[in-house]
Amino acid sequence: MADHTLPIGGTLDVTPERLSRPTFLEWVTDWVTTVDHKKLGLMYIIYSVVFLLVGGAEAMAIRIQLMFPNSHFVAPDTYNRLFTMHGTTMVFLMGMPFLFGLANYVMPLQIGARDMAFPRLNAFSFWLTAFGGLMLYYSFIGGSGLYGVGNAPDVTWWFYAPLTSRAFSPGHGVDYWALSLIVSGIGTLGFAINTLATVFSMRCKGMTLLRMPLFSWVVTVASGLLLITITPLTAAQIMLTIDRYLGGHFFDTQAGGSAVVWMHFFWIFGHPEVYVLVFPAFAIANEVIPVFSRKAIFGYPAMVAATVGIAFISMGVWAHHMFTVGMTSVSNTFFVLSTELVGVPTGIKIFNWLATMWGGKIRFKTPMLFLTAFLFQFLIAGLTGIILSIAPFDWQLHNSYFVIAHFHYMLVGAIIFAVSGGFYYWYPKATGRMMSETIGKWHFWLFLIGFHVTFDTMHFVGLEGMPRSIYSYPADRGWQHLNVIISIGGFIQAIAMLLFAYNLIWSLRKGEVAGNDPWDAWTLEWATSSPPPVYNFAVEPEVRSRRPLWDLKHPEDPDWKYE
Amino acid sequence: MSATTLIPRGPVTTEEQWSLPSRGKIAMYSLIIGESAIFTIFVVAYVFYIGKSLYGPTPQILEVPVLNTICLLSSSFTIWLSERALERNKMKLFGALWALTLALGAVFLVGTGFEWYDLIYHKGLTISTNLFGTTFYSLVGLHATHVVFGLIGLTTVLIFTLMGKVKEEHCERIQVLALYWHFVDAVWVVVFTVVYILGR
Repeated sequence: MADHTLPIGGTLDVTPERLSRPTFLEWVTDWVTTVDHKKLGLMYIIYSVVFLLVGGAEAMAIRIQLMFPNSHFVAPDTYNRLFTMHGTTMVFLMGMPFLFGLANYVMPLQIGARDMAFPRLNAFSFWLTAFGGLMLYYSFIGGSGLYGVGNAPDVTWWFYAPLTSRAFSPGHGVDYWALSLIVSGIGTLGFAINTLATVFSMRCKGMTLLRMPLFSWVVTVASGLLLITITPLTAAQIMLTIDRYLGGHFFDTQAGGSAVVWMHFFWIFGHPEVYVLVFPAFAIANEVIPVFSRKAIFGYPAMVAATVGIAFISMGVWAHHMFTVGMTSVSNTFFVLSTELVGVPTGIKIFNWLATMWGGKIRFKTPMLFLTAFLFQFLIAGLTGIILSIAPFDWQLHNSYFVIAHFHYMLVGAIIFAVSGGFYYWYPKATGRMMSETIGKWHFWLFLIGFHVTFDTMHFVGLEGMPRSIYSYPADRGWQHLNVIISIGGFIQAIAMLLFAYNLIWSLRKGEVAGNDPWDAWTLEWATSSPPPVYNFAVEPEVRSRRPLWDLKHPEDPDWKYE
Repeated sequence: MSATTLIPRGPVTTEEQWSLPSRGKIAMYSLIIGESAIFTIFVVAYVFYIGKSLYGPTPQILEVPVLNTICLLSSSFTIWLSERALERNKMKLFGALWALTLALGAVFLVGTGFEWYDLIYHKGLTISTNLFGTTFYSLVGLHATHVVFGLIGLTTVLIFTLMGKVKEEHCERIQVLALYWHFVDAVWVVVFTVVYILGR
C-alpha cells in the first residue's frame, strides 16, 4: 500500500529466514517468558478484551434483571455480586490494562526505542496484573464457591466501611478484592515507573520532549498520575486488611475509627483514577483525529499543558463524590469549584480537536467515525459532570441513575468509543492486516444506536428518582417503560460488541494485507514493518520534528522548517 | 507485508550532544514518589486519629528512640561517603563505609524490635488493642518494612563487594540504591516527628 511510495533511504532486508513452525509448547513458552514490549502489550490488550466481554456479560445480566419490575432473573445477593464485579472488572481489569497494553505496544515505537527501559520489570508487572485479575475471579469458585456465585465481593466497587468489616461481610469477598487489587496495584506501579523511565531516558536522537507525539505525552502524564493514584488505594487496602485480619480499628467506629476516612482515602484514589481511564481516549484521539483530518494537531503545546493541567486538578476534586456525607460548606464549595475547573483544560482539548478537524480533508474510515462520536459524547459527559459538580444539584441526584448515566457516558461514550477507534487504527500495525471496514461500520452504527438508546434514556430514569444499586423496583414507580428501553439498548450494544470480537478474530486471517503505513500516518511506529520486528528499528531513527514521517514523505516541505 | 524493514533516517543529523538522564535514577525517583503517596496516606491516618482512641494505652507510653534515630540518620551520611569513595575507586574505603551503613541500619531495626517487645509485653499495646496501637504499629511497621528491604539491598551489595565484584562502573547502580536509602531516612524524619514529637 502506501509504503511503496515512501521515499525512505536505507531500506534494509533484515528479516531472518523463516524457521520451521514452532511446536505448541515452544509457542507457549515463548509467550510466557517473553520480555518484548510488543508481546506484553498484546497480552495486556487480549486480557482487557476478555474482561471487557466478561464485564459486559455481567452488565447484560443486570439489565435483564432490571428490565421489568419485581423481576427474579437472579437472586438478590447474586445481583449485588454482579454489579460489584461489573464495576471492579471494568475499572481494574479492562480499563487500566488496556491503557498499559496500548502504551506498551505503541509508545516505545513512537519514541524510536528498542524496548521499554526495564523489559523484565515489564513482564513482572504484566503477570502481577494478570494474576491479580485471575485471583479476583477465583472468588467465584474459591472456598465454598459458585452456588449464588461463591465469595465474590458484593459491597459495590467503592467498598465503604463499615460494610466491609468482619461483622457485616463475614465471607472472603472483601479479602479477595483487597488482596487481588494490592497485587495488581503493584503491577500498575511497575508499569508507571517503567513508562516514565522509558520516556525520559530512551527517546531516539532529536526527539525532545516537545517533539514527542501527543499519544506518548498523554501516556507519560497518565503514568505520573498513576504513581500517586494507585498507591493511596494500596495503602487503604492494607489498612482494610489490617482491620479484617489483625483486629485493627482504622475504620471501626466502635473504637474511635472513622468510616468517612475510608471514603476520603478511596476517592483520593477513585477520582484521579477516572482520569487515568480517560487518558487513553485522549491519547488515541490525539493520533487518529489529525491523521484522518490530514492536518497536524492544532495547538500542540496547549494540548500538552491541558493534559498536565487535568492531571494536576484531578488530584484535588475527590470529595465531589461525598457531597451528601455532610462536609462543611467551605469544603463543599472548594470541591464544587475545583471540579468545575476541570472543565477548562478539557474544553481546551475539545476545541483543539475540533480545530484540527476544521478545514481538514476528513476521511471517515472506521477509526475516525469512532473518534468523531467520542468527541461529542465526551462533551455531553463533561457537561453532565459540571451539572453534578454543583453540590445542591448533587444532593438531589446523588446515587441516582443520572449519575450512572453520566459516568457511563464517559466510560462507554468516550472511552470505549475511542478505544474501539484505537483498535481499528493500530490493529494493522500489530497484525499486518486491516480490520474489516464493513463489519467495522456495522459495529460502529449498532454501538452508537445502542449506546444512545441506553444511556440517554438512563438520564431520565435517574431524574425520575431511580436509585443505583437496587435489586428491583415496584411496578407503580413509572420507571418500567424507560427500563425496557435501556435494556433493549444494552442488547444492541452487546450485539455490536460481539461483532467487534468477531471482527478481531476474522481479520486476523482474512483481513486485507495492510503494509507498513496503511493510514499514511506521521509517527515513527508506521515507519517499521507490520508487525514490527523484535528489535523495532534496525537503525536508531533520528527525528527533527513532531511528524518524522511527514518529513520523510515530503522532503520539499518538511515540518522542521516551521516548528 | 513486505519482507523489508524500512528505516527512517532524519534528513540532517542533529549536531548537538544527545544525552538523556539515567533510567535507573528516573525509575527510583518515580518509585519514591509512589512510596511517598503510600506514606502520606498512613501519616494522614495517624495524625487524624491522634487522641481519638476511646481507651488506653495512650501515646504517652512511648519513649523517644534517640539512639535509633541517630544511627539511621548518620547511615545516610556514611552511604554518601561510600558513594564518593567508589567514584574515586577507593574500594577498601567503600567496603568499610558500606558495611558501617549496613550496621547502622541493622542497629535501627534491632532497636525497633526491642521497642516493640517492650510495648507488647510490658506496656500491653498491640495492633488490635486500640486505635492508637493500630495506627502506631502500621505506620512505624510500614517504615520498618522499608528498612528491611533496604537492608536486603545493602547486604547484597556488601556480599558482591566482599567477592570483589563491585567496580567503579557500578557507581550508578550503587547511587540508585543509595537514593532509596536516603528516602527511607527522610521518611523516618517525618515519622519520628509525627509519632514521637507531635503525637505524644
